[in-house]
Amino acid sequence: MRQVCAVLLFIAWGLASTAAQAVIETYEFSDAQLEARYQDLSGELRCPKCQNQNIADSNAPIAQDLRKLLHQQLEKGASDDEILEYMTDRYGEFVRYRPRFSGATLLLWLAPGILLVLGLLIVVMTLRGRAKPGTGEQALTEHDQQRLRDLIAKAEKP
Amino acid sequence: MGLNMPARLKLFIPLILFGVLALFLLRGLSLDPKELPSALIDKPFPAFSLPALGTEQMLNQDAVSGRVALFNVWATWCVSCRVEHPYLTELAQQGVAIYGINYKDEDAAALQWLQQLGDPYIANIADREGTLGLDLGVYGAPETYLVDAQGVVRYRHVGVVDERVWTTLLQPIYAQLQDGGEG
Repeated sequence: MRQVCAVLLFIAWGLASTAAQAVIETYEFSDAQLEARYQDLSGELRCPKCQNQNIADSNAPIAQDLRKLLHQQLEKGASDDEILEYMTDRYGEFVRYRPRFSGATLLLWLAPGILLVLGLLIVVMTLRGRAKPGTGEQALTEHDQQRLRDLIAKAEKP
Repeated sequence: MGLNMPARLKLFIPLILFGVLALFLLRGLSLDPKELPSALIDKPFPAFSLPALGTEQMLNQDAVSGRVALFNVWATWCVSCRVEHPYLTELAQQGVAIYGINYKDEDAAALQWLQQLGDPYIANIADREGTLGLDLGVYGAPETYLVDAQGVVRYRHVGVVDERVWTTLLQPIYAQLQDGGEG
């Protein structure tokens, strides 16, 4: 019973979250493929006004304008690249959630890889350090070892 | 991060990491994420053909270029525009050339605004559909563009132009462009 409830809750949550993503105005498309591209592009273009939303989620006036423009350009037959170029010409690379690979975005694109390699290196080095059992013994200086031997000898004497 | 690094030094790694993080966060405090660089800096003012506010006379980019000027994007629905209006009037009185771009507004309301509050603009471009605004990359009024005598966009300020913004940001570039134009 509990499992059934959980499944129902999960479905309800899924439905609620898709409803929250829907925007107010609707556009008619001459082709279902254009509509799919509209959904993709409006999800990928960032709203310049409310900066952590894409233009599909935002209801700022500028996001409405950009959606209208996107619809017009898709119906005119512009390619995805042409549309993205048109947008970045006006609003800069900022308007894309996946900015072009360039000098300024180099670190942004490469950071995950660099951090992954760094993390792996640390893991490998830590594991290697653990795997050497002899290291602890060797770390004792000659003086310490002499003291240890003396102590043992002392303890063994009755 | 060698294994033979003295154990003492390893103890400082968290402190060093904290220091680096603190530096980044400190830098972040003085950054304003709302200030986006304009894509139009050092590019020509976009071509347009729009009526002058209140008339049917058409304006284009050639009609508004030829001297260093400010292009102020404003609208009657924009609250901050009302805030900056007195300062723009003051600037106009000092002899600064200001063109208005009346952005997604109604002509009647805009004309009434100018009549009541004063008109600091040499001319107003009536951008009723926001097409020029789109080509300029406007994302919210007020915005002010500094354009040189050749019609090239040199600076964009988003938000209210007040005395602080003028003296620290706009005026230095304005003076430099004017000197360049005369010399």
